[in-house]
Amino acid sequence: MSGGTYYVPASSKWPILASVALGVMMIGTGTLLVHGSAGTPLVVLGLLGILSVMAFWFRDVIRESRQGLYDAQVDRSFRWGMGWFIFSEVMFFAAFFGALFYVRNFALPWLDGEGAKGVAALLWPDFSASWPLMSPPDPSISGPRDTLSPWQLPLVNTLILVTSSVTLTVSHEALKEGLRSVARNWLAVTVLLGMMFISVQGVEYYEAYTHYGITLQTGIYGATFFMLTGFHGLHVIIGTIILASILVRILKGHFSGEDHFGFEAAAWYWHFVDVVWIGLFLFVYVF
Amino acid sequence: MASHLLPKPTPQHSTATAGGMAEAGHARPRGLLRWLTTTNHKEIGTLYLLFSLTMFFIGGIFALVVRAELFQPGLQLVQPEFFNQMTTMHGLIMVFGAIMPAFVGLANWMVPLQIGAPDMALPRLNNFSFWLLPIGFTLLLSTLLMPGGGPNFGWTFYAPLSTIYAPPSTTFFILSIHIAGISSILGAINIIATILNLRAPGMRLMDMPLFVWTWLITAFLLIAVMPVLAGVVTMMLMDINFGTSFFNAAGGGDPVLFQHLFWFFGHPEVYIMILPAFGIVSAIIPTFARKRLFGYPSMVYATAAIALLSFLVWAHHMFLVGLPLVAEIFFMYTTMLIAVPTGVKIFNWIATLYRGSITFDPPMLFALAFVVQFTIGGFSGLMLAIAPADFQYHDTYFVVAHFHYVLVPGALFAILAGAYYWLPKWTGHYPNVKLSQWHFWLSVVGVNLTFFPMHFSGLAGMPRRIPDYALQFADFNMVSTLGSFMFGFSQLVFVLVVIKCVRGGEKAPAKAWEGAEDLEWSVPSPAPLHTFETPPTFKHQSH
Repeated sequence: MSGGTYYVPASSKWPILASVALGVMMIGTGTLLVHGSAGTPLVVLGLLGILSVMAFWFRDVIRESRQGLYDAQVDRSFRWGMGWFIFSEVMFFAAFFGALFYVRNFALPWLDGEGAKGVAALLWPDFSASWPLMSPPDPSISGPRDTLSPWQLPLVNTLILVTSSVTLTVSHEALKEGLRSVARNWLAVTVLLGMMFISVQGVEYYEAYTHYGITLQTGIYGATFFMLTGFHGLHVIIGTIILASILVRILKGHFSGEDHFGFEAAAWYWHFVDVVWIGLFLFVYVF
Repeated sequence: MASHLLPKPTPQHSTATAGGMAEAGHARPRGLLRWLTTTNHKEIGTLYLLFSLTMFFIGGIFALVVRAELFQPGLQLVQPEFFNQMTTMHGLIMVFGAIMPAFVGLANWMVPLQIGAPDMALPRLNNFSFWLLPIGFTLLLSTLLMPGGGPNFGWTFYAPLSTIYAPPSTTFFILSIHIAGISSILGAINIIATILNLRAPGMRLMDMPLFVWTWLITAFLLIAVMPVLAGVVTMMLMDINFGTSFFNAAGGGDPVLFQHLFWFFGHPEVYIMILPAFGIVSAIIPTFARKRLFGYPSMVYATAAIALLSFLVWAHHMFLVGLPLVAEIFFMYTTMLIAVPTGVKIFNWIATLYRGSITFDPPMLFALAFVVQFTIGGFSGLMLAIAPADFQYHDTYFVVAHFHYVLVPGALFAILAGAYYWLPKWTGHYPNVKLSQWHFWLSVVGVNLTFFPMHFSGLAGMPRRIPDYALQFADFNMVSTLGSFMFGFSQLVFVLVVIKCVRGGEKAPAKAWEGAEDLEWSVPSPAPLHTFETPPTFKHQSH
């Protein structure tokens, strides 16, 4: 409990600028999708705006933290905030996993005539359900040519990401023990593993599009595959940037053995991204 | 609830009227910049409430366009295409722009005051959450002016109406929902962190006022389901712009998948709009009955039970979509089960009133009307929960009557009750009693004239979301339209009350209501800009 030291920050221009930048990016994105490339400058402007506002906002927070303005209660607010934020991310992925389960267990068998629903069977009498769905019900949508084997690149990526969680934990333990150079080195390894994952994923996407004919337009298999792995990949990119920022902070001499919530929050996020990948590996690739 | 306060004068540096006061050693910006950059929970709360009031009138005008068109059978004023945009925008604006931000505004103002916190846990994030809303809703409203018009598929935006057959502006609609969703999630994270971390020393969870409890649970619901909404609109965005087949059976997807995902968000969303209302009413009834709230722990458990059940009932919105029989039965029974914890609440409020020393001040009028009218909406909900009966009621005006009874004389009346209850704390003046009574009675008569006849036209088979109807529904529709204009215009009385209350009126003491016991009544009226900078000591007493 606080003894009246809870830090309430002064007025700040970053939140309103962040709102405006996000608005600009959204308007740009909409314009780009609906009216074409006229929206591109707005997307770039909005994105740069968001990134720079985030940098300034975090700079303020880091500065306040290093000035010792935050007490244990402020620290707990950040912990609750980050924890619930990650929970919201879990629910975001749950929507896409839920869509995958629904399609595989209900929608496709029903399209195949199971459950005496009948109507779909009248529309596409020749359709037979399978997963991965190689031939979508309507001939206007052509399916993928081949499927990805889980035991090649996806397995490599699984090993990379699981290893990165281990190296990150080693780094964290080292930081707690005050072994800063050890912490720095293992964190650098983690960032490298993150970049490796993204590269391998890029290679896999290339192969999916060119060799296997899996695209966003090839029916529900391509849609669920790219949306699940795509949003996960985006989170790996964000997580890698966060870890790289933490690495810079370690190099600058930030964090102590007891007080390093920035590091911990980044680690929570990274482990969350890792767990999502395990789910992806199992339900998108293996089963 | 009985909280005995050890009054501990908090150092008040300044009053709310001093615009340029020092905060954390910095000069505060003045004028518009002050509101754009504020990190103060009271100022942000005020911004939320004013935004919500603005949206309430914009959404209200859309509703009056709909009602004016339905005054008589035949096409009178607007084309069907525009009528569809009005019904859609009315729903979206009222749900996401009026009701939800009003509750968030009340939470911003009152949660820190009720738990003895100096501010919200994450004040800058709080400002971000608010200012996303005007941006998101400007974008949403601008779709009305785009080629092809705005969203025209109903506020539930079912695929494929909202994908294959949607106007081009739908992409902008999706992005505006994303902005509003980010605002809600960040706002909820802030509220949950505040409640869990910033309570006054000595205040345990089971000491918290029910408004705080209901908001804690509401915030959990928001964080759990707003991301699912973000997911489902993202799938729409991909179907529309990138040729995916999530909601297209031709590619192996399923339009019904949209409904499952939407209502997995949508049903908890319904409780997001009512649980804080329960909290407000649970503060007001004990105050004006001058008794402790009957059954405080059961109120808390009932709220939690409603929240958990809300994740298990979503398909009762889809009884006619072709669900397997086992699903119809499962969702029918889980839905009916919700009546149990809700009934606990209604009975607790009535038991609180029993042998109370009741006065009918304006907040109490609205709170009592809430209990009666929300119960009507609850009972029609129970009727709709019965799957075989719903085959008849589905997509008729009976459904419109049901959810308007829980949202207008339910949620909205609770918001108004809360406004009347806390206006003395916000402004330092009591709202004008005569005008408040006029507002109340005009609203009660207007709202029932509007929505009660819809039960009958719905049971007789009048479908919702149509600009024209068969002649036999003419009388009921005429009554509804007259009632809706009466209700709509009587809300201007509320604006008058608020303006008069801000400018002057009978001065309110710190404890503005005789029977009010919670922590907010220990700070002066109007509440100074900064309160509880040194936390008060809260002494627990058993309930």
